[in-house]
Amino acid sequence: MSLPFLLEIGTEEIPDWMIESALAQLVQNTVALLDESRLGATIPRGDATPRRLVVRVDDVEERQPDREELVVGPPKAAGPAAAAGFAKKMGVSPDSLETQATARGEYFAFRKRIQGRAAADILSEALPGLILRIEWPKTMYWTADRAIRFIRPIRWLVALLGNTVVPFEIAGVRAGSVTRGHRKLGKPAIPVTIETFDAALGDNGVLLEAKKRREKIEAETKALLDGTGLRPKPDPDLLNTLVYITEMPTPVLGCFDERYLELPEEVLVTVMRHHQKYFSVEDAAGRLAPRFIAVMNTDADPEGLVRRGNERVLRARFNDAQFFWEVDQQRKLADRIPELANVTFQAKLGSYLEKTERIAALAGDLARKTGAEVAVVERAAMLSKCDLTTEMVKEFTELQGVVGGLYAKAQGEAEEVWRAIYDQYKPSSMEDAIPATPAGRLLSLADKLDTLRGCFAIGLIPTGSKDPFALRRAAQGVVRILVEGKLELPLGELTGGDAQLGEFLLDRVKYYFREVRGFRYDEVNAVLASGWDNLVDVEARLAALQAVRPTQNFEPLAASFKRIQNILRQAEFKGGDACREGLLEPGPEQQLYSEFRRVRDIARQSEYPAALEAIASLRPAIDLFFDKVLVNAPDPDVRRNRLALLHDLLTEFSTIADFSEIVTQ
Amino acid sequence: MDSFQQTIFKLKNYWSERGCVITEPYDVEVGAGTMAPETFLRVLGPTPYRVGYIQPSRRPADGRYGDNPNRLYKHQQFQVILKPSPDDVIDQYLASLEAIGIDLAKHDIKFEEDNWESPTLGAWGIGWQVMLDGLEITQFTYFQQCGGIDLELPPAELTYGMERIVAFLQGKDSVYDIVWTPPVTYRDVRYADELQNSVYNFELADIDTLWKLLALHEGEAQRLIDLYPKFPDKRRFPTLAAYDHVLKCSNLFNLLDSRGAISVTERVGVIGRVRKIAVAVAAIWLDQQSVAEQSGAGQRAEVHA
Repeated sequence: MSLPFLLEIGTEEIPDWMIESALAQLVQNTVALLDESRLGATIPRGDATPRRLVVRVDDVEERQPDREELVVGPPKAAGPAAAAGFAKKMGVSPDSLETQATARGEYFAFRKRIQGRAAADILSEALPGLILRIEWPKTMYWTADRAIRFIRPIRWLVALLGNTVVPFEIAGVRAGSVTRGHRKLGKPAIPVTIETFDAALGDNGVLLEAKKRREKIEAETKALLDGTGLRPKPDPDLLNTLVYITEMPTPVLGCFDERYLELPEEVLVTVMRHHQKYFSVEDAAGRLAPRFIAVMNTDADPEGLVRRGNERVLRARFNDAQFFWEVDQQRKLADRIPELANVTFQAKLGSYLEKTERIAALAGDLARKTGAEVAVVERAAMLSKCDLTTEMVKEFTELQGVVGGLYAKAQGEAEEVWRAIYDQYKPSSMEDAIPATPAGRLLSLADKLDTLRGCFAIGLIPTGSKDPFALRRAAQGVVRILVEGKLELPLGELTGGDAQLGEFLLDRVKYYFREVRGFRYDEVNAVLASGWDNLVDVEARLAALQAVRPTQNFEPLAASFKRIQNILRQAEFKGGDACREGLLEPGPEQQLYSEFRRVRDIARQSEYPAALEAIASLRPAIDLFFDKVLVNAPDPDVRRNRLALLHDLLTEFSTIADFSEIVTQ
Repeated sequence: MDSFQQTIFKLKNYWSERGCVITEPYDVEVGAGTMAPETFLRVLGPTPYRVGYIQPSRRPADGRYGDNPNRLYKHQQFQVILKPSPDDVIDQYLASLEAIGIDLAKHDIKFEEDNWESPTLGAWGIGWQVMLDGLEITQFTYFQQCGGIDLELPPAELTYGMERIVAFLQGKDSVYDIVWTPPVTYRDVRYADELQNSVYNFELADIDTLWKLLALHEGEAQRLIDLYPKFPDKRRFPTLAAYDHVLKCSNLFNLLDSRGAISVTERVGVIGRVRKIAVAVAAIWLDQQSVAEQSGAGQRAEVHA
C-alpha cells in the first residue's frame, strides 16, 4: 500500500537567491532516498517561500519489499563441521544451507530473507540528513551546542506519512503536524493534514506556489497601470527576487516628483531597482515615467501608508543622488586622477592610479595595432577609473563606468571618449552586449587584460567555484570583444606570454563557441587544433567547417585524415622528406598527387568555405589510393615517398582545421 | 506622536521587561554599538547576557556638515544583545516595533539578506536588514565570530537606527526636523555637533597628530597585552582599559580615512594593526573569564565544605 508524504522545513527568512537551488536539492535528495530505499514513488513536488521548503510525494510505499541476500560461507571442501559453524552463525540449521558454485569451487551458502522495513522508520532516520545535506553558499549556527549549521534557524518541521507524523528532530525542533502562517496575516500555529495543508496555508496568508506569487505580481501590476498608458520595465531577475522575498506579494503604485527626471535615467533606475527593489515604469515610447511599483509582503494597503512610506524613502534616495550629482560636478574627472593613488585595486597590484597607467599604455598599444584613434583611447583610459572617487559611485557602486561616462559627457568630453568610459565594464554578462564603439572595446579589453594578467601573475587564479575577482567573466569578455568586435589581435601577445592565462582563455574560447554560439564540440576541437591565436580567424574557420560538414564528401574525408594520421604515427614518420614525383606509381598514386596539387592551389587562394569544399573534393582520390595502393611498400624508398605524400597532404590541409578531430559515424 | 526620547524610553522599557540590562552609552567614541564592550566582549564565552543601550556611533566619512537630511556623522543606534538568541527572537523583535507605535497590520515588513562583517574587529555575523515600507530600520545579526573567536552561545544582535525610525514615526523628511522633546528638535540638539565635526574631520584634523595618537594608543594597548601572560592575578588585569585603547585606534583610523590620509599600502596595514590588538584583547578577556569562573567555583566549593 502506498501513502502520501509531506515534509515542510520552516525557517526564518532564507535569502531569495538561494531558495530555488535549495529546493531543487531537497527534491533531488528525496528522489535519491526513495530510490535507494526502494520505496518506489512518483517524482516529488517541491514548493518554497522565504520561510519554508516543502516537498510532497503522492505515493510512498508503506513498506519496502522483502528481499533475499545470498551469504556465501566456507568452501564445501571444509566439511560438515565448517558448515555447522556457518549455519550457527546464520542462526539456522545446516539443512537450510545450499551450495553455490563459484569460480574457485563449491561453497556453502545461505539464502537470507530480509524483511522490508517500514517507510516511516526509514524516513525517520533519513530525514535529518536529507535536510542537512542541502548545500548553501553560507551557513550559520544558532544553537548553544553549535551542532547544526543551516542557512537560517529552523523553527518548525512538519513531516507526515499518510496521517502519521514521521518523528525526528533537528536542533531541538521536533517534527510534527503544526505549520505556521504568514508572519502578519496568519496564525502562528496551524494543525494540518496532508489534505488540508494547501488550504490552511492559503487561509493564513501564504501563497505556497512560486508560480502563483509570480502571477499575482504580474496581474496586479498590470491592473494598477491599466488605462495609464504606462507599463513596468520588464525585469525578470527582479521579479524572481520579489517572488522569493514574499509569501503574499501585493504590488502598490507610487509616484515621485517629475523634477527628478532631470537626473540620468541610469541613476534613477539603479536607485529603484537595486536599492529599493522597485520596478521602474515607462511610457509607450520607453521613456521613464515618474512612477514606480513596489511589492509588499502583505495583502493590502488600504490607507496608503505603505505607498507613502515607500515614496518618502525614494524621495530621500533621489535627493541623495541629486546631491551627489551636484557635488561631483564641482570637480572634473581629470582633476581626480591623482586621488586614484588612494584607491586600492588589489594589495599586491597597487592602486587604481597604477592600474590606470597600465590600462592607458595597453589600450594605446592596442589602438595602434588596430588602427583606432590612439588619442581618444588613451584619454578614455586615463579618465576611466576617476569615477571611483565620486560620491555617486561610492554610494551606487554598481554604476561605476556608467557614472564616469555620464560625467565625462556633462563635462564636454568627446563622444568617443565618454562612450568608451560608459561602456568599459561591458559585457557584464553573457546576455550583455559588448561596448558599442571601437574605443570602448579597446578600453574594456585593456582593463580586463590588465586584471587577468595581474591576478595570474600573483597567483590569484580561480579554482572551482572560487573566483572572487570575477576573472572568468573578464576572460569571457575578452573573448567576446575580440570575436564580436572583429579585433584581429594575437591572443598570445595579449596574455603577455602567460601560458596559464593562455589555457584559461582557451577554456573560455571553447565555452563561447560551444555553449554560446552552438558549434559542435568536435568542430571546435578541430578548428582550435589548427591554431587559436586569432579568434576572428577561428570564427571564420568554424563557420566554414560547419557549412561544409553536412556535404556528402566531408565526413568520409575526415575519416581518411584520421587514417592518414594513424599511418604516419605508426610509421613514426615525422616529415622532412619531400615527395619525389619520379617515385610515384602511375594510377591512383599519381592521381592523388595531381589532385593534391590541384586542390592545394585552390585552397591557398580561396576563402575558407571554398577551400574546405575543395579539400572535401579530395575524397574520391584518397579513397581510391587507400583502396589500391599499399603504403607499406616493400621498397623502402617507395614507402618513404608515400609517407611523404600523405604527410604533405595532412600538413597542407590541416591549417583550417584538424579533420582528424571530427567525430564521424 | 511620541518624541525622539519617548520612543527611546519605550524601547528601553520593552527590552528591560524582557530581562535586558539597560545601560547608558559607552563613554569612548565608537563607530557602532557593536564595538562597545557590552557587545564586543560580552558576546564572548559561555555566560548568558542580555543588554540594551543607546550608542551614539561616529562615522566621520558620513558627515555632511548638517546639510543632508538623512546622513549623519554621528547617529544614535539602539543596540540589543540577546545571548543566547531565544527561539522566538523575531517575534520579540516585531513586538518591539508594535511597542513603539508601528502598527504592523498597516505596514509592510520584509527581511532582506544582509550579512555583517568587521575586518578590524575580526567579527562577522549572518542576518538581515529589516525593511519597513522600503526603509531599512534595523540590522538583525546572528553573531558567529568576534575577535576571531567562534561564539559559544550564538547571540542575536538588533541594531535599531533611531533617527530613521523616529523620522518615520513622526513623518519627517529630514532627521533634523525630528521632535526630540517638544519644542526642542533634533536640529537644536545635534546640528552644531554635525557641522563642527564635519569641519574638523574633513578640513582641520591634523593628520600628523592623528597618526601619532594612533601609534600611542596602539602602543599602550600592546604594552598591556604583553603584560598579561605573566600578570600574577589575572582577575585584576585591566583588559577593559586595553580595549579602550583599541577603540581609540579604530576611531582614529576612521578619522584618518575621512581625511583621505591613508594610502593604499598603509590601509591594509593599519586595519591589520587594529585587528591584531582587538583579537588579542578578545582572547585575554575570554581567558580572564574562565580564570574568574574557576576561582569563583573554587570559593563556592570551599564555602560548602
